Amino acid sequence: MAAVKKIAPKAVKECPPKEKKPKMKFRDKIFPLACLTPSFIGVMIFFIVPFIVIIYYSMVDNPINKDFVFLDNFISVLKNTAFKKAAVNTLKFSAMAVPLAVVLGMGLAMLLDSRIPFVSQFRTSFLCPMMVPVASVVLIWQVIFHYNGTLNEILMKFGADRVDWLKSDKAMIVIVVLFLWKNLGYNMILFLSALNNISKDQLEVATLEGAGRWYKFVHIKLRHLSPTILFVAILSLINSFKVFREVYLLTGDYPYDSVYMLQHFMNNTFRSLDYQKLSAAAIIMALVIVVIIGILFIAENKLGEDVEQ
Amino acid sequence: MIEQTKTPSKRSSAAKNWKKLVTAAMTLFAAAAAIIFLMPTVLTIANSFMSSSEISANYGAVFSTNESGGRTYISEKINLKFIPDMVTFSQYYTVLFKSPDYLLKFWNSVILVVPIVVFQLATAAFAAYGFARLKGRLKEMLFFVYIVVMLMPYQVTLVPNYLVSDALGLLDTRLAIILPAVFTPFSVFLLSKIMRRIPDVLIEAAKLDGAGEMQIFRYIALPLCKSVIASVAILVFIDYWNMVEQPLILLSDTSLYPLSVFLSKINAGEIGLAFAVATIYMIPTLLMFLYGEDYLVEGITYSGGIKG
Repeated sequence: MAAVKKIAPKAVKECPPKEKKPKMKFRDKIFPLACLTPSFIGVMIFFIVPFIVIIYYSMVDNPINKDFVFLDNFISVLKNTAFKKAAVNTLKFSAMAVPLAVVLGMGLAMLLDSRIPFVSQFRTSFLCPMMVPVASVVLIWQVIFHYNGTLNEILMKFGADRVDWLKSDKAMIVIVVLFLWKNLGYNMILFLSALNNISKDQLEVATLEGAGRWYKFVHIKLRHLSPTILFVAILSLINSFKVFREVYLLTGDYPYDSVYMLQHFMNNTFRSLDYQKLSAAAIIMALVIVVIIGILFIAENKLGEDVEQ
Repeated sequence: MIEQTKTPSKRSSAAKNWKKLVTAAMTLFAAAAAIIFLMPTVLTIANSFMSSSEISANYGAVFSTNESGGRTYISEKINLKFIPDMVTFSQYYTVLFKSPDYLLKFWNSVILVVPIVVFQLATAAFAAYGFARLKGRLKEMLFFVYIVVMLMPYQVTLVPNYLVSDALGLLDTRLAIILPAVFTPFSVFLLSKIMRRIPDVLIEAAKLDGAGEMQIFRYIALPLCKSVIASVAILVFIDYWNMVEQPLILLSDTSLYPLSVFLSKINAGEIGLAFAVATIYMIPTLLMFLYGEDYLVEGITYSGGIKG
């Protein structure tokens, strides 16, 4: 910072801003390019090149014959029952978890934004789960959600029937809860910073002109938050693919059917080292994610069209 | 005068009371939520101070089902407790001095995660600076590729990672996990957002003053981004401290497994130890949280907005 202050005033004096920027000289590009090189080589070696190899693998029948079969591998993956189950479960999970993560994250942010006391303590407690390794709290989750566990004890006290949380279709609910527990804090922070950026003037003017809470929420806050909503949705979507961690640590290699996720499918396919199947599955997933994110971007553009930046 | 103002002030005091009530209700709600958010962590820590007999008495009904040995436990009931009957450090003593296995796995985690954080941030700081300084179509396209790679989940990226590790003969070594992680574009993306804000004038001025490119990077760009670098480091650390997917696929030698995977494999007989191990495992991240919460919040805020 000190260096900046020293140099900045001088800069203004000595070189007045030019009218139009000339094209960068190659000499000036050398250092930035050199900076980029290590990372570029790494990304190429570990992500891009092998991904191209995967596209090739996904279209041949096996690594030895290398007969071109075009879409056969994709069709066989899509017909695979395990893949179908995993894909449906994962989509179901994301479809539940992502909207909840967005809405509840926004709710927590608005709660902390509404002039209640102890805001920083609350922020700390909501953020804490993201800093706790999943593996560390998994024991407690097991104690709570086990068939003989705490939650069922409480249910029985109220005269309800016990539920086998981890070994029934209810397992999905447990996973959603664990996901929200971990991710809401992060989303809340994103929404809080976005709320802070809404100009107070605009809200005050709206109040003076007689706008109600609801009007202000829908027409001012929500509009301004729309880029954040998009970002949180994408982020939660990406994180929802990581929920395998929780499922694996909680239920091991062979979970109940309703929480058999795509990562389980990949793990099993890795075990049999079926490159064709792995490649085709990876490409299918990559395409689906690109499409979903594309749709989210388009939706946000429509939604936030008239927000002036 | 007094008569005139009475009515409005009465109304406003009623409104004030109502507001107070709403605030109180919201505070209560936030407090209840906060308890739920903190509870699992606090319980884990509290339970680590129980003796192993107390743990098996409390949780026998849950964990005995994990066990094939057929040992029976004292209690059929579950007894989730915040406060141990008797505070003891015996679990910690056993973990630290009698069962080196756990410490070894902890060390496995450290030796995987620390190089990842250090080298990912080092390459990313340079790359982000490169991205910030370059202009033009090609750079835009490359940056887009980085974003797409960043958005891909492990289910997708582990396949290319596996292929490369196999081709380079790295499978079943720590490098199979470390190398792809070092080049993950996440921190490039975050850091380039802040580096782009360094004004061009500043760099031009430094050049006129005779500073070399490396000096500009070292003495202008890096100091300006110091706090963001710290916060990105926290985010990267916690992500990899949590890793499960990569070791399961890239390591078949379970003795190299980090504690994040190994903890779930603790068997029922050692359930008392598990809480102590779990607590030890959270210490690094909790300490980071304690001392770096503001950095963390700043980092999260910076991550907001893909369009940047």
